Amino acid sequence: MAAKSLSPAGTRKKGVGAMLKRDFMKYKGIYALAIPVLAYFIIFKYIPMYGITIAFKNYVPTKGIFGSEWVGFDHFMRFFKSVYFKRTVLNTLIISVYDVIFGFPAPIIFALLLNEVKNNIFKRTIQTITYLPHFISTVVIAGMIIDFTSQNGLINNIIALFGGERTDMLMRPEMFRGIYIISGIWQGVGWGSIIYLSALSSIDQEQYEAAYIDGANRWQQAINVTLPGIMPTITILFILKIGGLMSVGSEKILLLYSPVTYETADVISTFIYRKGLLDMDYSFSTAVGLFNSIINIILLSTANALSRKVNETSLW
Amino acid sequence: MAVIKKSAGDHIFDFINAVFMCFMIVITLYPFIYVVMASLSVPKLFLAHTGLLLRPVGFSLESYEAVLRNPNIKIGYVNTVFIVVVGTLCNVIATAIGAYVLSRKGPFWKGPLMFIIVITMFVGGGLVPNYILIQNLGLYNSLWSLILPGLISTHNMIVMRTAFQGIPESLEESARIDGANDWTILFKVIIPLAIPTMAVISLFYAVSHWNSWFSAMIYLKDKTKYPLQLVLREIIVQSQVSDMTTMDSYMDRYAVSQTVKYATIMVATIPILCVYPFLQKYFVKGVMIGAIKG
Repeated sequence: MAAKSLSPAGTRKKGVGAMLKRDFMKYKGIYALAIPVLAYFIIFKYIPMYGITIAFKNYVPTKGIFGSEWVGFDHFMRFFKSVYFKRTVLNTLIISVYDVIFGFPAPIIFALLLNEVKNNIFKRTIQTITYLPHFISTVVIAGMIIDFTSQNGLINNIIALFGGERTDMLMRPEMFRGIYIISGIWQGVGWGSIIYLSALSSIDQEQYEAAYIDGANRWQQAINVTLPGIMPTITILFILKIGGLMSVGSEKILLLYSPVTYETADVISTFIYRKGLLDMDYSFSTAVGLFNSIINIILLSTANALSRKVNETSLW
Repeated sequence: MAVIKKSAGDHIFDFINAVFMCFMIVITLYPFIYVVMASLSVPKLFLAHTGLLLRPVGFSLESYEAVLRNPNIKIGYVNTVFIVVVGTLCNVIATAIGAYVLSRKGPFWKGPLMFIIVITMFVGGGLVPNYILIQNLGLYNSLWSLILPGLISTHNMIVMRTAFQGIPESLEESARIDGANDWTILFKVIIPLAIPTMAVISLFYAVSHWNSWFSAMIYLKDKTKYPLQLVLREIIVQSQVSDMTTMDSYMDRYAVSQTVKYATIMVATIPILCVYPFLQKYFVKGVMIGAIKG
């Protein structure tokens, strides 16, 4: 604060050097703390960003990132022309779209229904139980999925109980996406509802009373009071969801898929992993990753701009 | 307050809703119950069993014995505990320092620094450039490769910064008059006043270390360095249980391999199940404070 009151006219003439020196002397301690933080971000975040240049080079480990020779857009063209381009982009989009249609509304509906449960002990119990799967590791979840969907697994047992036929579900390409989405909802619906529940609890109770006096029944209250109340939250999360339309995480898929199901399960991120780290095609894999990131940034900014126009809610 | 009377329709709705919620409880819990029951079953009987499982078929701790015989599980546990403890400690200290720097009003470069940091939430290097970096830094095949790259989560740091900003400046000023430097102010004044936020953020870091496996898969080569999740992956996803079974006949081995998987899941998940009920409210708080920043 003292710096501000001193700053007008007189001091500014002394130039940038003096200003820097004064700033440094005044905040020595903070400079000392900021340096390691900045160093972390430069080393672990910005150097990999520089590393993206290998997408336009033929990266050879012995020559290093800087020394490898430029090849322009070769790797991108190779990706666009390969059969994998259509397959991975389509699979990514289809899984994402399913997730937007089924996975996105699930926690909203769950939160709305949970909000109608008036018995607090019952409500707490449901919350504690449904939040739990969020904390179970992907490896364990995948292991459970693999076992339950196998020929003699739990799900096949249930199907057989109702007279259905046993099949090894993870070996059937047409079932992969369903398994992926349903298990995702199972694991995330409770945890995902927290944010909506907190938005719901901040709705003014008087609005409900006013609606009741005006003769609105519970359904009408839900449509006219509750939904508008949580709309800003829904919008923000929807923007994020749309922004991630082309990024389906690789972890769960890597654990669940197999060459038999590649045709429906192989997404861009798993393809990047296989090409980059299994086939050691570093530059090609990086090019695919860059292509993916660019699409993601475009999607996110478009969704954000649209939402600002329509809804007056936006991320930035 | 207006007295809100319930109509018949309301009662029907409440009833259906309660039934639905019970269904949610069953469907969430049953898979875990099944795993517990299967892990306690006699392997051969379990193999012959079809249908739902509400109690163990027979009762045997054979599978647990097999799991505990496996040296990889023990090694995995030790490595994971190291990563969780050391990793979380490093995470929290680094995040607190970053949050402290960003919460100060002073230096002229505070704005640009914030910008440099926030950008990393939206753009990153991607898989291969990160992998090359780890190799060039000599971190490949070292447990530090699982700790250093994710040292500061930008999101957590911004949440912590918000908490630090809420601490009255007068406290800091009086400490400064007493001759305290920034380091002392951060650790003796600011952090003690932000303990709830610190606790929540430590929990998030700890759980993510406990559950992480992908980085370990790509950055570690020696099996003696594998964290628990990677050992788990070999056992329950890739079905490599041979070194745990001592039976001679193929059928016996196959039967044990099935229940061993379930016992392994239990052994790796029990710690989380034990602490979860006590920590749940902090996790929920964590989602809330993260959301407010929005």
